[in-house]
Amino acid sequence: MKYQVLVRLKPGVLDVQGKAVENGLKDKQFDAIKNVRVGRVIELEVDGVAGAEAKARVDEVCKLLLANPVIEQYEIKEVA
Amino acid sequence: MKVAVVVFPGTNCDQDMEHVYGKLLKQETVRVWHRETELHGSDVVVLPGGFSYGDYLRTGALAKLSPVMEAVKAHAEAGGKVIGICNGFQILCESGLLPGVLLENVGRRFLSRFVHMRVESTNSFFTSGMTAGDVVTCPIAHFQGNYFAEAAVLDELEKRGQVVFRYCDANGDVRPDDIEVNVNGSCRAIAGITSRGGNVVGLMPHPERAVEDLIGFVGGATGLAPFRPAA
Repeated sequence: MKYQVLVRLKPGVLDVQGKAVENGLKDKQFDAIKNVRVGRVIELEVDGVAGAEAKARVDEVCKLLLANPVIEQYEIKEVA
Repeated sequence: MKVAVVVFPGTNCDQDMEHVYGKLLKQETVRVWHRETELHGSDVVVLPGGFSYGDYLRTGALAKLSPVMEAVKAHAEAGGKVIGICNGFQILCESGLLPGVLLENVGRRFLSRFVHMRVESTNSFFTSGMTAGDVVTCPIAHFQGNYFAEAAVLDELEKRGQVVFRYCDANGDVRPDDIEVNVNGSCRAIAGITSRGGNVVGLMPHPERAVEDLIGFVGGATGLAPFRPAA
C-alpha cells in the first residue's frame, strides 16, 4: 500500500518559509499572491498489511515522528 | 559527579561540553554514542548542540528515536539531571521531556552572535547556583531558536517557575517585541525552561562557549556557574 502524508503547520503558527516565498514573489510583482504556507509531502509504502490496518500503521508513525502535534497537522492519503 | 555527553551523528558541541566538565571542572566525563543503551551511572546527562541527523524532517525529531534516548528518558523520569543546549534543547522538546517546540527565527536568518539572558528562576539544577535577575552574556548559533508553545502552556510554565532564562538587554530589561533583544522572536522572550522537577533543563544559548577568558564575555559571576556540581 502506498500513502502520501501531507504535513502542514497549524493555522496561526508562524511560517517563516512561507513568508520568504511570499516576499520573493512580491519582488516579481506577484502582489496578488497572499498567505503562502509551506508544507511537506512524505510518501511511504506499507508492506504486508492493507486497508485500515495499514492506514493505522501510517497514523502511528505520523504521531511518533512525521508531524509534531504542537505545531503541525497531517492528512493521510492512499495513493495506490 | 559523573557526566555523560551524548553524541548523535551531527552533534558538534560535544568537545566543548567535555572541556567544561572534564578539563575545567575536573569531573569524570564519558562520551556516549547515540546507539548505546545505557548512561554508565552518570549523574548528569548532556545533550550538546549541533545538527543531529542534519536537522532532517524537524530539528531534533530523528534524534528522539535513537536508542540512547530511552535511557535518557528513564534517567529524567527517575529525577536524574539532563541539560540540553541548542540542538539538545530541540531534542528535549521533540522527545516530550520539555514542553513546546523551537520554530525558525522570526527574522529568517541563522543567528550567530552574543546575546544577554536573564536568570528568571533558580528552581532548576542548572540555575540553582545562580541568582535570579543575573544577566548572562554568551553566544547563540541557531536557525531554529524561536521558542513556541500554546498560551496555556506558557502560563503554566510561568506559574510554576519553569522559565529559567529570558533574552534581555545588557541591563537585564526583557522586551519580547524588540527583535534587537528577543533576537529570534521566542514567545515571551523565553531562552530556557526546566521540567516541573527542575531536573531537566533546555536552553538555546551556549554558556559553554563563554567559559574562557581568551574568548571574552566570560559573563562575570555566571560563566561556569551553571555547570558546577551542586555544593
